[in-house]
Amino acid sequence: MLTWLVFTPTIGAAAVAVLPRGRAAAARWLGWLASLAVLILAVRLFQAFVPGSGEMQFVVRRPWVPLVGIEYALGVDGISLLLVMLTAVIFPIALLSSWGAIAEKVREFTVAMLLLETAVLGTFLSLDLVLFYVFWEAVLVPMYFLIGIWGGPQRTYAANKFILYTMAASVLMLVAIIALYLAAAPAGARTFDLLRLQEAALPEGLAPWLFAAFTLAFAVKVPLWPLHTWLPDAHVEAPTAGSVILAALLLKMGTYGFLRFSLGLFPQVAVDAAPLLLALAVVGVIYGGIVSWAQPDLKRLVAFSSVSHLGLVTLGIFALTTEALQGALLQMINHGISTGGLFLIVGVLYDRLHTRAIADYGGVAALMPRFAAIFTIVMLSSAALPSTNGFVGEFLILLGTFRRSPPLAALAASGAIFSVIYLLWAYQKVMQGPVVAKTPERLVEVDAREVLVFLPLLALIFWIGLYPSPLLRRSEASVRAVVQRVERRAQGELWLHPVTASAPGGTAGGILPAKAR
Amino acid sequence: MSLAIDLRAVLPEMLVAALAMAVLLWDALAGARGRRVLAPVTVLGLAAAAASVLWVGLRPPAFAGAYLRDAATQLLQGIALLSAALATLLSADYLRRADLERGEYYALLLFACLGAMVMAAAGDLIVLFLGLETLSIPLYVLAAFRRGNVRSQEAGMKYFLLGSFSTAFFLYGVALLYGASGSTGLAALAQATAAGMTPLLGIGVALLSIGLAFKAALVPFHAWAPDVYEGAPLPVTAYMAVVAKVGAFAAVLRAFPLALPGLAGQWMVVLAVLAMATMVLGNLVALVQRSMKRLLAYSSIAHAGYLLIGVAAGTAEGAWAMVFYLVAYLFMTLGAFSVVLLLQRAGEEADLIEEYAGLGGRAPWLAAAMAVFMVSLAGLPPTGGFIGKFYLFSAALGAGQPALALVGVLTSVVSVYYYLRVPYLMFAGRDVGGMEVVRAPGVRAVLVTAVAAVILLGVLPGALTQAVHPLVDLFGAR
Repeated sequence: MLTWLVFTPTIGAAAVAVLPRGRAAAARWLGWLASLAVLILAVRLFQAFVPGSGEMQFVVRRPWVPLVGIEYALGVDGISLLLVMLTAVIFPIALLSSWGAIAEKVREFTVAMLLLETAVLGTFLSLDLVLFYVFWEAVLVPMYFLIGIWGGPQRTYAANKFILYTMAASVLMLVAIIALYLAAAPAGARTFDLLRLQEAALPEGLAPWLFAAFTLAFAVKVPLWPLHTWLPDAHVEAPTAGSVILAALLLKMGTYGFLRFSLGLFPQVAVDAAPLLLALAVVGVIYGGIVSWAQPDLKRLVAFSSVSHLGLVTLGIFALTTEALQGALLQMINHGISTGGLFLIVGVLYDRLHTRAIADYGGVAALMPRFAAIFTIVMLSSAALPSTNGFVGEFLILLGTFRRSPPLAALAASGAIFSVIYLLWAYQKVMQGPVVAKTPERLVEVDAREVLVFLPLLALIFWIGLYPSPLLRRSEASVRAVVQRVERRAQGELWLHPVTASAPGGTAGGILPAKAR
Repeated sequence: MSLAIDLRAVLPEMLVAALAMAVLLWDALAGARGRRVLAPVTVLGLAAAAASVLWVGLRPPAFAGAYLRDAATQLLQGIALLSAALATLLSADYLRRADLERGEYYALLLFACLGAMVMAAAGDLIVLFLGLETLSIPLYVLAAFRRGNVRSQEAGMKYFLLGSFSTAFFLYGVALLYGASGSTGLAALAQATAAGMTPLLGIGVALLSIGLAFKAALVPFHAWAPDVYEGAPLPVTAYMAVVAKVGAFAAVLRAFPLALPGLAGQWMVVLAVLAMATMVLGNLVALVQRSMKRLLAYSSIAHAGYLLIGVAAGTAEGAWAMVFYLVAYLFMTLGAFSVVLLLQRAGEEADLIEEYAGLGGRAPWLAAAMAVFMVSLAGLPPTGGFIGKFYLFSAALGAGQPALALVGVLTSVVSVYYYLRVPYLMFAGRDVGGMEVVRAPGVRAVLVTAVAAVILLGVLPGALTQAVHPLVDLFGAR
């Protein structure tokens, strides 16, 4: 099942690739249908997934290079399930949104997108470190071409910066993966299996280095301040669909890596390093907020808001409490929906006036009322207004962080305020006031296809905002397992609150997980 | 060990030599009309030789230990034969277009292959030297094969002068090692050096290394490579980039981990330094190249550095990782050359990288194939280049040489920039026109084979890993 899920897009890509030249419409439809097929598989996976277990499910294991101990191993738990769902939802949306914007080399574009989907899904589902790395790196190549070929005026620079920056960090992870394998080998485990390596005892002194290498690779991807400088360029230059994928999914690969590998493999070191990472995360939250506010370019504004939001997610992860982790996971999904949505909104505007400068817009709401409603909802979701999805995640993160350190929570909460400020400010400048555009007749209302692009996002915004428990119920046990592992390894650390000792299943009916005693 | 002559031990070599002479004779007897069959006959003959390598199998050392037929021989001879066969397919169309198709071209190509095969089987420094010369001299001539072209003549001359110079180093090293150990046999050398280092041995090994480093184009002995690569006819460049590496690395493998384990402490450091210098310089200089041939020249220098990691590790893992990477390198390099060979500009070789811009619009499959090769050369998954580098870096870490692995991965990042630039320009650049895709069935066949092999090695590396693994036995037997 998981194999089908991962490789359905590849099959789709192959089918699109052999289409005769010039059949742009066929390529679009075929690509879209392939991504819909993935969505159907993902929904079935979601339904079949058994909540309440922190174990990997639907595990597929085949020897890949048995001589070296590399396995083809896929599996899904509550954490990866949500990210797989997000991936499966975002790709059809991104493909559909590009039907208007991508007019050239449609076939190549569709192939790149579908290969990217395989790589992203594989990254989230791999249980073998080498397999994970293969997918992790395989993401870079299609993204490089997406930015470089269909991007904006500075696309060459942005594509190179993107691939060099992120690859420089991830090759160190490759060295760390090998070192981990070799270090665990004397203990009898010649394996790259994540689950077995989690149990391996590492030699004294090695773990911090390995943790640093893994975490650096993920921190660049997230991106954690001060490693974020590749992000604005990549985002701004990428085509809309590329920005959506980048924000909604690629950045999540970083935070997913934190959860799965940094915490999973090196819990003890993670506890020691948490203060540093928390500090960087909070700086990122505030810095991202302030810098967003100062952007004259709408797309750049959204890009920097990602730095802020992902800082919050990182905060939730390294606060190391169940609530905060749950919140972080949920916020990963939320950010995918709301920031993906914001990039789509920028794309809609850009398709009409071919400018991203905030100053070039004004009074759009009067010309495009339906669009204004969409923008409002997505913006409020990104600003974490109660009853939207953003609120639930942010609230859980701040709650969990508060129990870890009240001052940190207070600082991070200020990030929430910034996000309200810059989003409302941008909304006001773009949508309200007098019409500034020189060619207002080109600001035509969103058509049916564009509405269809946004509808699933709007539905998810309210669904998660009002009734998040199907997601929380499925992820809870896995999140709890992560926290338990960290606690077990880090016993004696005073600041870790014994959250997980409370009754299991506490979140089944409501938003809040088991309350601390 | 006996002096009895068992010619079966050299059957593949005899086949290749006979084939070379037959090709030469055929051209003299059949004349211009018979030339069309030269390439197919060469390929078939090479296939027969490859079959004979398998048929002969593993044997005890022959000719008083001077000739070995072990797992390393088998693998490296197979690689040499494969590269010769693919190079033949690459050459035929080009030679016809340039009106260069002669029997001696194929004969020289086969003799060079023979040289690499002899190096792969050498159990004695003298045999190694014979192989080295048999490999080098045909390559000098091939580099100058476009007699009317000044650049080609210059390439041949330069290669010849610097090559003979380095051969002298090699030979002097052999003489000193003979003086130090009383024998030129590698096995005897291993025994003599088990006791440790003496000044005579040290100088001998150093001179030997210089000779081999020149052949493998390791920094700082690489200066000849870009000029020779640029001047030589394109299929010759492709062949040279692969077969010279096969020979040189076969020799390095024989000479260092297998013959001089006693001195591992010394040569491991030297080779590690050479490898790091090669990776750094090769990749950095490649960044600024505008000519496709020079880019591939520096790329092959950089890859010599990666290959050397496997030897510098000094372990069995390093050895089989190197051979695995050699196979991946063969396919991705010949693949990249086949793309270049399928293009021409006003009847000339398509050399400027900028002129590749926009080809993706007219020849999307060609551009896609180039993307596969470049992604593999850059060491990104899911390609053979990635798996090979993964093995090499694992070997370096396993041998306690993290610096080698770190330099290796970081220079790979650098290489991404210049490698991906090529397919990027092909897809994204504006079509400048003037570039035409030529019809060349042989080259196309190589292209398809190489794409399939590069991806297969990346997706299902198990089979080749299994195949190169017997090299471990050579280390265990010691």
